[in-house]
Amino acid sequence: MRLLRFLGLLPLFALLGGCDYVILNPSGDVALQERNLILASTGLMLLIILPVIAATALFAWRYRASNTKAAYAPDWNHSTQLEVLIWTAPLLIIIALGALTWISTHTLDPFRPVGRIDAKRAVPTGTKPLVIDAVSLDWKWLFIYPEQGIATVNAVAAPVDQPIEFHITSGTVMNTLFIPALAGQIYAMAGMETKLAAVMNKEGTFDGFSGMYSGAGFSDMKFKFESLQPEAFAAWVENAKHADMKLDAAKYEELSKPSEKVRPQFYATVQPDLFNKILNMCVDANKMCEDQMMAIDATGGVAGEKGAENREKLIYDGAKLSEGNEAPGATFPASGRAPNTLKTAPQGIEPSGMATQSNEGGVQKDDVQGRGKPHMDGMPMDDGKANPAPAQINPH
Amino acid sequence: MFSNINLQQLIFGRLTLEAIPYHEPILILTFLGVAVGGAALLGALTYYKWWGYLWNEWFTSIDHKKIGIMYCVLALVMLVRGFSDALLMRSQQALAFNGSEGYLPPHHYDQVFTAHGVIMIFFMAMPFVTGLMNFVVPLQIGARDVAFPFLNNFSFWMTVAGAMTVMLSLFVGEFARTGWTNFAPLSESSYSPGVGVDYYIWSLQIAGIGTLLSGVNLIATIVKMRAPGMSFMKMPIFTWTALCTNVLIVAAFPILTAVLALLSLDRYLGFNFFTNDLGGNPMMYVNLLWIWGHPEVYILILPLFGVFSEVTSTFCGKRLFGYASMIYATVVITILAYLVWLHHFFTMGNGASVNSFFGITTMIISIPTGAKIFNWLFTMYKGRIRFELPMMWTVAFMITFVIGGMTGVLLAVPPADFQLHNSLFLVAHFHNVIIGGTFFGIMAGVAYWWPKAFGFKLDVYWGKWSFWLWVSGFYFAFMPLYVLGLMGVTRRLNHFDDPSLRIWFVIAAFGALLVAGGIGTFFYQIYVSIRERDVLADVTGDPWDGRTLEWSTSSPPPSYNFAFTPMVHDLDAWTDMKKRGYVRPLNGYQPIHMPKSTPAGIILSGLSLAFGFAMIWYIWWLAALSFVAIVVYTIAHTFNYNRDFYISAEEVTRTEEQRSRMLGLTKV
Repeated sequence: MRLLRFLGLLPLFALLGGCDYVILNPSGDVALQERNLILASTGLMLLIILPVIAATALFAWRYRASNTKAAYAPDWNHSTQLEVLIWTAPLLIIIALGALTWISTHTLDPFRPVGRIDAKRAVPTGTKPLVIDAVSLDWKWLFIYPEQGIATVNAVAAPVDQPIEFHITSGTVMNTLFIPALAGQIYAMAGMETKLAAVMNKEGTFDGFSGMYSGAGFSDMKFKFESLQPEAFAAWVENAKHADMKLDAAKYEELSKPSEKVRPQFYATVQPDLFNKILNMCVDANKMCEDQMMAIDATGGVAGEKGAENREKLIYDGAKLSEGNEAPGATFPASGRAPNTLKTAPQGIEPSGMATQSNEGGVQKDDVQGRGKPHMDGMPMDDGKANPAPAQINPH
Repeated sequence: MFSNINLQQLIFGRLTLEAIPYHEPILILTFLGVAVGGAALLGALTYYKWWGYLWNEWFTSIDHKKIGIMYCVLALVMLVRGFSDALLMRSQQALAFNGSEGYLPPHHYDQVFTAHGVIMIFFMAMPFVTGLMNFVVPLQIGARDVAFPFLNNFSFWMTVAGAMTVMLSLFVGEFARTGWTNFAPLSESSYSPGVGVDYYIWSLQIAGIGTLLSGVNLIATIVKMRAPGMSFMKMPIFTWTALCTNVLIVAAFPILTAVLALLSLDRYLGFNFFTNDLGGNPMMYVNLLWIWGHPEVYILILPLFGVFSEVTSTFCGKRLFGYASMIYATVVITILAYLVWLHHFFTMGNGASVNSFFGITTMIISIPTGAKIFNWLFTMYKGRIRFELPMMWTVAFMITFVIGGMTGVLLAVPPADFQLHNSLFLVAHFHNVIIGGTFFGIMAGVAYWWPKAFGFKLDVYWGKWSFWLWVSGFYFAFMPLYVLGLMGVTRRLNHFDDPSLRIWFVIAAFGALLVAGGIGTFFYQIYVSIRERDVLADVTGDPWDGRTLEWSTSSPPPSYNFAFTPMVHDLDAWTDMKKRGYVRPLNGYQPIHMPKSTPAGIILSGLSLAFGFAMIWYIWWLAALSFVAIVVYTIAHTFNYNRDFYISAEEVTRTEEQRSRMLGLTKV
């Protein structure tokens, strides 16, 4: 039993170690408030948990059968005072915790702009947050800076002490945008927009990734969040503006194909309404935007042939398959290709140095899935060029 | 090469030789192991001519006790499979550092963590819990069987068919790579076009029928078949928790069936319930799944709360403290279980008020749960605690579970959850409550009722080894995950960059090895106990000085459980009978009306397995054929009027006289 209790304390011992407890030692104000909440709730609960553990150990020892000196009351099974106590003590703690929850959930609502820069400084009136559009793709993050007119893949930066507002969606399955040092995570979902308001108070480079499993390449779906002084941030933006690549619809289509371990990339310009198109699943010009369809539906919709035509234009998920791009998780029998093993997985998936930046497509093509292996018949080579515009959309 | 592709597709659907993973060395070795072990087992069964015995006495039996035991055997087999997956994961994560990809590529690793979750929840914990309820409840309420004995056998075999479907995916095709919750749109055909998700769907659908029907069965049994005098407030606490659990099962499992049916419509017929496009809503899948999934959590823990209550009361030699408040707590948990599902996805962009509501309802559940802990605590107070194995598991549970409960309430605070969602902290939390609560409870229950089931106790020495290895293994395996969660490490990652994290994964892997020792010594304990069964024998039928009716009959109980239906006057009926000097009647036996064994359950289960397999591989002719066969056979079975018989009074007399002789021996 004592061993048990000792083991239970292990995490506390660990706290004394020198590891990077980013959740307990964050650098952004939102994450800090979340940390404080974790500590306060834990403290409140320990008020009752510790006595219970102690009493369990004590009673187990004291009333062991061999201790015949201890009192024995085989029929004692009720005590109104005790009953009142055992229901009200947890109740009181839950009332306190519930109040804390209600208040903190509202103040830390990720959709709500941050009210303060840190514990001492309020956000000056008239401050506009830095807007960053974040899109999760298979398996990398696309960030668009609408005001700066640049875009990046797997790299994001922001000025220190500057309120940030992420607008988040997904071009594929669900992910969560998670930069633990900055703020808690929130889901990225196709056709939907979530928001995350936050502010970073320290300079430095922090880990960001997807917290939600999204398929084979998920483990490498990570990026660095750079917190910079305003001048350095301006230089970072300027640097991006001198990148070779420009992000337009065609480039996005290419980018959205599954790839793994993608190195940071920068795009000098971005097609202005790209994020909105991604959100409405209509980057492909042959598609109809979801908001357009909603507007049509709001006026009563269209029936018959025209409606069927619209339906074809709204197909999104299945389109990748019919264009000859395998679904991210496709192995046998969907693709006719055996599941990859260590043997077939190419080891050289890490691109060498900055080569990627000058790479025309900017995306690794020899992904770990082993797509486009030459011996595969009936499957167009996935080299980004042999793939014509989607003349034919999923015919089902 | 495929000139005859149409004929081939017609016959085999999408099943081809490629589906056999002969290129995966791990699977080949596993298959060889299973094949050799299976062949040895089948050979032994044939050599010792046990087939007839197994078929007549077990497989076709509709005796609730045998079905309960078979549920537990299934659960143990699946525990080994699920735990093998756990070992694979722990070793992969301990190895995959410093640029190493480990030995499990994502394609394989992602199946492993999905299968681990599915198997442990649906085919380990559920069968164990159902098995315990099946065995104990009729005995506790003084009944001779469950309300619908054939349905019970059918439910069991459907669960087996589901488990076999999962096992098949190991060697034919692949399992889902979606995580055990199988979230859309990743589980849609556009993103997971293989057979994996179909294996997931059909194994759960087939097993789900069994689970649901067994829930109906046990509710009917508890409500209608209690011994005279046993009012609801005199019902043993385990039966109470079983009742609430089965109410939860009956109300929750149809939701899972529905959500999987909708997903099947998406995958098979091109519907768009949960797709990104065409008006589908993946969040609806997440909601529906957790509207089933949260009650499922309580399905897995409530019966074990009952076990702990019985064990505490018995081994403290004391009436349970606060019986009434224990029941109110159970009922409150049952109801609240339906009002908290959203806490599984606070991070999905719900409004602050919605999040707060579900956060606070979640915290409210901890009040009745806390009350239960206190009730056990005060049952120990002024007791005479005998630290037999069941009681050891109970004390370990009380200490472990409150830690898990605390981290659970912490996760219920939405802004805290934003940081801890999907993290290893969360993984540590639910293993803390499922191992520390459900599994410890199962072990307590097995040790407690084993002598009732087999007539001899479990060996204590190896039981203690198993206990200490399990408990310390649990702490070594999951405390590091709490730590890693606080470092911002999330779940389901295949490999890592930061080498400073590695030590924690190594400690966790060490913990998993300790648990492996715990499982190994548990099996060895069973072996030793069987070998030493004469030494460990209990002829009284009441080895622990029990308090409830199951201890009033012999161990193992006769097929009819009770020669005379007991009369109940008080809670803890058997203690009451003992106190009032109960004398076992020795004559006046009547013939007893009993149900007959039938192979219908196993046949229907086999047909369902064929149907599921056909649907997974698009073998339409087989699907149609097996479906028609299921319907025809089910209807035909209803015309079987030869389904009951009487145990003659003479045979009852013989059985009871034999027991008298055994009891007489003990008095010498």
